[in-house]
Amino acid sequence: MIYIKYRVQHAAWRRLCAALVYFLFCAGACFAEGLSSSELIKNADKYNGQGVVYEGEVVGDIMLRGDHAWLNVDDGKKAIGVWAHRELTNNISYTGSYYTRGDIIRVSGIFQRACPEHGGDLDIHAQGLEIIKPGRQFNRIINTRKLNFVIILFAILILIWILRRYK
Amino acid sequence: MIVKPSIIDIKNIGYYLGKIILGLGFVMIIPVIMGLALNEINPVLDFLITMSITLIFGLILTKLCFTDKELTWMQGMIVVALSWFVAMILGAIPLYLSGHWASYLDACFDAMSGFATTGLILVQDLDHLSFTHNLWRHLSMFIGGQGIVIVAISLFMAGIPGVLKMYVGEAREEKLLPNVIHTARFIWLVSFVYLLLGTIALGVIGLNNGMKPFNSFFHGACIFMAAFDTGGFTPQSQNILYYHSFAYEIATIVIMLLGAMNFKLHYHLWTGHRREIFRNIETSALFVMIMVCFGVVVFGLSQLNIYPSAITLFRKGFYQLISAHTGTGYSTLYSGQLIGQWNHLALLGIIIAMALGGSTSSTTGGIKMLRVGIIFRALQQDIKKIILPPKAIVVKKLHHIKEVFLEDKQVRSALSITQIYLILYVAGAVAGMMFGYPLLDALFESTSAAANVGLSCGITEPAMPAALKIIYIFQMWAGRLEFMAIFTLIGFFVAAIKGER
Repeated sequence: MIYIKYRVQHAAWRRLCAALVYFLFCAGACFAEGLSSSELIKNADKYNGQGVVYEGEVVGDIMLRGDHAWLNVDDGKKAIGVWAHRELTNNISYTGSYYTRGDIIRVSGIFQRACPEHGGDLDIHAQGLEIIKPGRQFNRIINTRKLNFVIILFAILILIWILRRYK
Repeated sequence: MIVKPSIIDIKNIGYYLGKIILGLGFVMIIPVIMGLALNEINPVLDFLITMSITLIFGLILTKLCFTDKELTWMQGMIVVALSWFVAMILGAIPLYLSGHWASYLDACFDAMSGFATTGLILVQDLDHLSFTHNLWRHLSMFIGGQGIVIVAISLFMAGIPGVLKMYVGEAREEKLLPNVIHTARFIWLVSFVYLLLGTIALGVIGLNNGMKPFNSFFHGACIFMAAFDTGGFTPQSQNILYYHSFAYEIATIVIMLLGAMNFKLHYHLWTGHRREIFRNIETSALFVMIMVCFGVVVFGLSQLNIYPSAITLFRKGFYQLISAHTGTGYSTLYSGQLIGQWNHLALLGIIIAMALGGSTSSTTGGIKMLRVGIIFRALQQDIKKIILPPKAIVVKKLHHIKEVFLEDKQVRSALSITQIYLILYVAGAVAGMMFGYPLLDALFESTSAAANVGLSCGITEPAMPAALKIIYIFQMWAGRLEFMAIFTLIGFFVAAIKGER
């Protein structure tokens, strides 16, 4: 019981500390906003080590690694890897795939042209993460035109299969 | 006098082409099963449409052109060249129907890129593509890597005379076993065993990386197919950068190197002759050239100071270099980073590696290591002849599976193919420059297409000129088949127009 109470208090403290750190960085650091993936990649030297704000859809898997996680965030042109504390990713409900449109998120963090911590990858180390548009399930309805076309083609195929037996 | 092709020529070509098309049609059952299992109905319909068209086309050709005559060398080469072209046309249909390619030409580009194991892509919004279509993209690399004709030989052509001519037409000069059918089946056996092991290895790494279980094994299978066949497609738009994993990088490096090895060498390793790997001229040449090119890349990158440590520089430089040398095209950098951040020297190292390629009778493109080895040995021989007294007889040997005396005809053949590759690289670069791209960018992209690599400096994108897309398609096609089949096809068309009966 004491252990559970300690855990709850500990988690609350951690959240408070995370929020404080976020506000400190947001207030202290200047975050370049409205940057696209192409701009970041093209001007990687300029933004290297600086605070940036980057928006896009979370695609693929959220890959948990210890107390952090990798997200890949696609702004419609290219996807960039975001290294975030796993608690920041807790509210992400959808990630982009054939079946779903992923949550659109706004990440504020430090941009790295060649991250020393991650083998020289170009990435963003998130300090804040906000969901600006929740994702959704795609409603994929059957394309009846394609279905009819398949039926016609199969009929032709069977006909040819039968006819080729005769000279 | 040029002789006009006869009706027998056309019937023979049509019949065997029909057989290969039927083989391709039957292979499409794999994505259909996948789609049904995952309830991806519209993608399944795309494949059923394509499968029906392919089978109808194949049945009509085999019926109209029925023959029991043996293929001639000329006919065999034409069948191969046409089968790759038709595979592109048919293989592009499901891609185009998915709505992820802006035009049918773009879908054809990616289909040829897949079959020729290149890896350049024009797909849009790849991260939302269905599993079914993604499987087809990677399967096309697996089929193309082993050879479209090899698929048909394994499925339908047991006992049919003349299949050797088609086998050779697919840029495979060496039979592993006395019989072509047995060789084809051995190639599949090796490939499937590696596929199983590779998928398990990459799947476990994926799980460890935090991917969902299904995704990790699906990605594992796709990445294996594209890495072993030195293709370079990935299920996600970020290529290998998506995984953010050193273990994934190591595993793909090993698979790429396995894919760059001669199948005959694989056969010898399988049959217990492990020392062959150290004695073979191709593996020695590959090792030396990797070291030389890596030296150039490292020297170039060390001037820039963009990587924070030597380990990072090694990791980035070595990965792109192995990917380039094996003709795979996997990357842990964005295309914009390569051209924007790397200097000319580092890029030159990558271009040379791409141009050289891996081993003969493997799935790599480019000039290939056996030819590089032969040319170097011939050069050594010539220098010795100059130095030694005139009466001295200089004999040069090389070890490729067995000890072989170096002969003039081998050297001539190696030099001819090397020259044609160099012409193709330069011609593509000139074409790129005519469309307004800088020299280095144009040369990089042209070499990548012609050597079936797939690394891009950013030229390959949906907005690029249509004519350049067609040029790159031709380069991928000609580069994969090592020209002879394409030249024969061109000769056939010339003869059909200008020839006399």
